[in-house]
Formats: sequence, structure tokens, C-alpha cells
Amino acid sequence: MGNVLTIILQRLALGFLTLLVVSGVIFVAVNLLPGDFAQSILGQGATPEAVASIRRDLGLDQPMVSRYFTWLGGALQGDFGSSFAQASFANFTGSESGAGSVAQQIAPRFANTMFLAAVSAAIAVPFAIVLGVLAALYRNSIFDRATNIFTLSSISSPEFFLAYVLILFLAVLNPILPAVSNIFADMSFSERLEKTLLPALTLTLVVTAHMMRMTRAAIINLLSSPYIEMARLKGMSPLRVIVRHALPNALAPIINVVAINLAYLITGVVVVEVVFVYPGIGQLFVDSVKFRDIPVVQACCLIFAAAYILLNLTADIMSILSNPRLRHPK
Amino acid sequence: MIWFAAALLGFAALAWGFRVAGQTATGRAPYFRDMPFGVAYGYVLAVAALMWLVWAYTQGRSADPAVANKFFFLRIAVEGFIIFSIAAWLFRLLGRSVGTKQTKRLFRSMPLTAAFGIMMILIYVFVAVFASFLAPYGQAEIIRGVPANIMPGGDIALGGNPDFPLGTDQIGRDILSRLIYGAQNTVGIAFVTTVIAFLLGGSMGFLAATLGGWLDQLLSRIVDVLMAIPSLIFALLLMTIASVWAPRLGIPQTYFMILIIAVIDSTRVYRLARAVGQNIVVMDYIEAAKLRGEGLGYLMFREILPNATSPLLAEFGLRFCFVFLTIASLSFLGVGIQPPLADWGTMVRDLGGFVNFAQFAPMVATPPLLAAGAIALLAVAVNFVVDWMLHRSSGLKD
Repeated sequence: MGNVLTIILQRLALGFLTLLVVSGVIFVAVNLLPGDFAQSILGQGATPEAVASIRRDLGLDQPMVSRYFTWLGGALQGDFGSSFAQASFANFTGSESGAGSVAQQIAPRFANTMFLAAVSAAIAVPFAIVLGVLAALYRNSIFDRATNIFTLSSISSPEFFLAYVLILFLAVLNPILPAVSNIFADMSFSERLEKTLLPALTLTLVVTAHMMRMTRAAIINLLSSPYIEMARLKGMSPLRVIVRHALPNALAPIINVVAINLAYLITGVVVVEVVFVYPGIGQLFVDSVKFRDIPVVQACCLIFAAAYILLNLTADIMSILSNPRLRHPK
Repeated sequence: MIWFAAALLGFAALAWGFRVAGQTATGRAPYFRDMPFGVAYGYVLAVAALMWLVWAYTQGRSADPAVANKFFFLRIAVEGFIIFSIAAWLFRLLGRSVGTKQTKRLFRSMPLTAAFGIMMILIYVFVAVFASFLAPYGQAEIIRGVPANIMPGGDIALGGNPDFPLGTDQIGRDILSRLIYGAQNTVGIAFVTTVIAFLLGGSMGFLAATLGGWLDQLLSRIVDVLMAIPSLIFALLLMTIASVWAPRLGIPQTYFMILIIAVIDSTRVYRLARAVGQNIVVMDYIEAAKLRGEGLGYLMFREILPNATSPLLAEFGLRFCFVFLTIASLSFLGVGIQPPLADWGTMVRDLGGFVNFAQFAPMVATPPLLAAGAIALLAVAVNFVVDWMLHRSSGLKD
């Protein structure tokens, strides 16, 4: 067991190191911007004093390295600084400080995005595994070929195509679900679920295909093993052979692909949120990219990267844990 | 909900009946005797789905416009599916009888999906190359004397114009022409980006595999970090920065996009090229070439590259799909290919709202769906071909 623990600790350390380096890359990338925000909010006719004062307020007069560590230190405590766009706005209206903090902007949207991702995962994972098992069971039948064509098509379609097709059929032609997901804080769970369902279905279509194909491949890989032959020879039904003997042994690659797809889900959310005007972190990200609201872009980027790295790390650790040869070394 | 449950139960009864009928009719043939209930149920479901499709298709052809409008898109989908299947079948037949011995043999073992994919890719290439001859108007041409926002469909009663079958956009450009030019811009830019990504990632990967040592470590760690950031997010971040720099330097933003996506995607190519290269570097003929005193360039491009073409070719197809979809997504989000170039992703964003009017006039909703569908169709076609290539080269027979 000690062996596994060291491997896992190594992976964790490596993961956090990656995260640190990635945060550095994001910070440096953002600092490649010409000029700075103080100049751009004040415009052409700004006096040098005004520029200097805003720079001081936002901490832009510090050297880059110290700004990086201030930002990182704040980010670790959940404080991503103040949004530039909101900060200037707050200055002009004279509202109390803290109104434009990035963390305040992100927190509710982060919860919304997590809700969307959770709903999609709750639909996609069972659906994909059942479909994968069925495709492996009836491999090379018409059913298998039809699902193969269907999943290949839905993998390769852009998210917005699937989203518009779903809107067309489920919201416009047959008004079953709302086409726009306007979500408020004080909504009941069922209402929220109803508004989230269409974007969640779009994401489900995108990720199910990959998970299902990997499940099918993982199971088919095992079907030539001697113990499957044995199970078949003793007269087990094909479904039982797959569910009792093949599936548990194929679990490692399946868990791996599920985690990787959840990571994809977190980032694939961006386009889907824009199509459905879903108030999540992806839409905030795209909006701040357009307004060049650097602290928000930085924070969103870091959150997406962290989610991505953590889920990939989970995939890694799960595949180590589900491998008995690593768990019980000789 | 109750109806749904009742229908499922009804299907269950039908499935049971179907199995019994099959058993008695064939005198307990092994196929029906050993049929699990799930399979029978699957057959019944499939037949029910087919019957529903036929019913919906007849509805789509109904004389009542309210009913026909509702099923218009389903009708088009069914017709499109049938026409494309027949076309792919004919194309495969053509490939089997025309051409050299090798291509004939290739087409003989080809599944219909791959034939469809190759046919679609050829059509896209044709449209992209001859866009300026096929399109009735220029891509950025604001047509004089014609109002903006002509409705698609060419029906004058609904505000259309037969000269503009897909209507005009918000500033009076012909949508059909822009759709055709989109093939040139979107596909062309994606292709160029993929080629750059391959040149960069492939040569770096081979270099790392040949030299090894600290260079390999350095490149691999850089790639690890770049791959740890989700690619669409990273591209969006870098495009923000590029959008500020582009006007200052006077370089179009599209060039920045090509470079950014090429670098991000070259990391994936690097991984593959390095892995394939490492397997080749240990071969005897590489040792012989080294002893002959061949230079690094010769080793990389005359010894390793020819032996790594087949995995790289399949990867090229997949990578092209990813690049194509990333560019389309960026354009859809408004930071990709910039106007006045016609581009499918941007068109979907601009015209997407029209989908909401599909109930009243289905043709109005077609331009955004056509643009998005054009993206999807090409990606599907490339994927079908790559799937077939991978299946062939892996020799999987299961």
C-alpha cells in the first residue's frame, strides 16, 4: 500500500506544480498586453496624475513578479482582485468598495456552471456506459453500426450546431423546454432543472459519444481473455458475461475516460452557455474577453485550468487505484 | 408521462408477441429460440421509430402549411439522408469501376460511411477552390438596389426575392454567396493552421526523439504545461491579447489566430510524433544511417518521416477536425475569423436568432442551420474517413 501512496503523492505534487506553472503562464500571457488598463479606461485625454493614481489603486505600479505573487496569494484565498470594469464604475458612482470584486462576480456563476456540469454528467455517464455495454454486447450488429455512426456524428459536430438543432426541435417546433436559460438565485430546484435541461442535453450529446466508444472498446478488448471464454463455456448469458466479468475489469479505462470527459465538459461549457445565455462562468469569460477585463479573464482562466488539471489528476489517481497490480505489489 | 409508460409496456407486449410469432412461424429456428427478450424489444422499438419517421415524413408533405411547417426540418433531414446515402453508394460504385487497380481494391473494401466521407471532402474541396465561380455575388459585396434582410426562401409573399434564395443579411449581402465563400475561408484557414501545427509539432517531436537528452526534456515539459490548459480557454485568452496587438501592428487578427491555434495544437502533434519517432530511432537502419555520417535533417525527414507517415496521416485528419471546430467555435464566440471574410461560425452567431421563427416560416431558420450544418458535415465526413483508416491500419476484425 505504501508504494501506491508514494505514487499518488508524487502525482498530486506534480499536479500542483503544473497548476503553479500554468498560473504563471496565464499571468505572463495577460501581461503581454500593450499599455495598461489605467490608460485605456481614462482614454486619450488623461492627465498623468490621474493615470498614476489609478495605477496605484489597482497596484499596477508594482513590478511584475511582485504583482504575480500578490495575485496568486489572493487567488489562493479566493480573492481575485477587483474587476477593472466594475472598479472604474464603482469609482464613478461612489458606491462602497468591494462591489466590483471578481470573486463576487464569479461565485454565483461558478455555482451555476457546476450545476449545469453536474446535470449533464448525471445524464451522460449512465447513458454512455449502458450504451457502451449494449454496443459491445451486440457488436457488429445493425444496432452497433447505427450507434457508431450516431456517436461519430455527435462527436464531430460543433456544440452550437447540436444546440441549435435541439432548440429547433425541443423549444421552437415542439415547445417542451425553454430555449433561453435565464436562471436567478431564488429559483426552485425543479424550475432551475427545467431551464438547465436543454444546455445539459447538448453537453450530454457531446460527451456521451466519446465515453460510449471508449466503454465499448475497453470491453471488446477483454472479450478474447481466457476467463471470458470460460464464462461463456459454462453457459452464462452474454449480458451476464459482460456485466459480471468484463465490465469490472474494464473499469479502469472507463473511469479514466469519464474523468477526462468531465474535464472536457467543464471547458465545453463555454460555447453552450453562450448559445443558451446561461449565466455561468463560461459566458462571463467570453464577455470579459470582449471587454478586456483582465482580472476576470485571469480568474476564469485559472478556474478552468484548475478544474481541468484536477479532473485529469483524478483520472490518473483513479486508474492507479483501480489497478490491483499496483495496489498489491509483490 | 402515462402515455409514455403505456407505450413502453405496449412495445413489451409486442416484442413478446413478435418472438413467439417468429418461433412458431420458423418452427423454433435457433435464431428465434435463443433470442433474448431485449433483442426482440430492440427490433420492435426500431420498427416503431421507423414507422414514426415515415408518418412524420408524410406530415411534412401535408398540404396544410401549419402541419407541414412543423415537420419541414424532419422531412429535409430524411430526404437528405436518403439522397446522401444513394450518392455515397453510387460514388463507391464509381470508385470500384473507375481508376487504377489499387484504388479499385481500396473502394471494394470500403464501408459506405467512408465512401460518404471521401465524397463529401471532395465536394468541399471543389466548392472551396471554385467558390468565386459558383457564388452569384462577392463575399463582401453589398448589393446595390437590394434591401437588407430579405427573407430566405425566395417567396415574395413572405418578403423574399427569388434572386436571393437564402436572402440577404443585415447589411444586404447575399447569404448564399457568403455560405459558398465560407468553404474557402473556414476550410482553407483550418487547413493552413493544421499544416503549420504539423510542421511545428512534427519536426519538434522528431527532433526530441532523435536527439533526446535535455532538449527532449525541455520540449516535453513545455508541452506538458501547454497541454494542461484547456485548449479553447487558452486560445480565447491569447486571442484577447492578439485582438489588442493586431491593430497596433497592422497585422490582421486572423493571422494571429492561425498562429495561436497552430501552436496550441502542435503540442498534440508533438506528443504523437515523439512517441512514433522514439520507436523508429532504435531501429537498425537509423543506426546505419548515423554510422554513415548522415546529418540530423536527413535522419529526421528521410529516415524517420517515411516510416511514420501512416499514424501521422490519421492524426492529420483528426487534428484537422479539432482545428476546424476550434476555429468555428472561436468565430462563433466573435474572436475568430474577422469580417469582411465570410465564415460559417460568424454566420451562425449573426443569424442564430432566426431559429426561433421556424414555426411560422421554416425557411427563415435555414441559413444558420445550413452554416452550422456545413461545419458539422465536413467534420463528420473527415471523422468517418479517419475511423475507417484507423480500423484498416489496426487490422481490428472484431
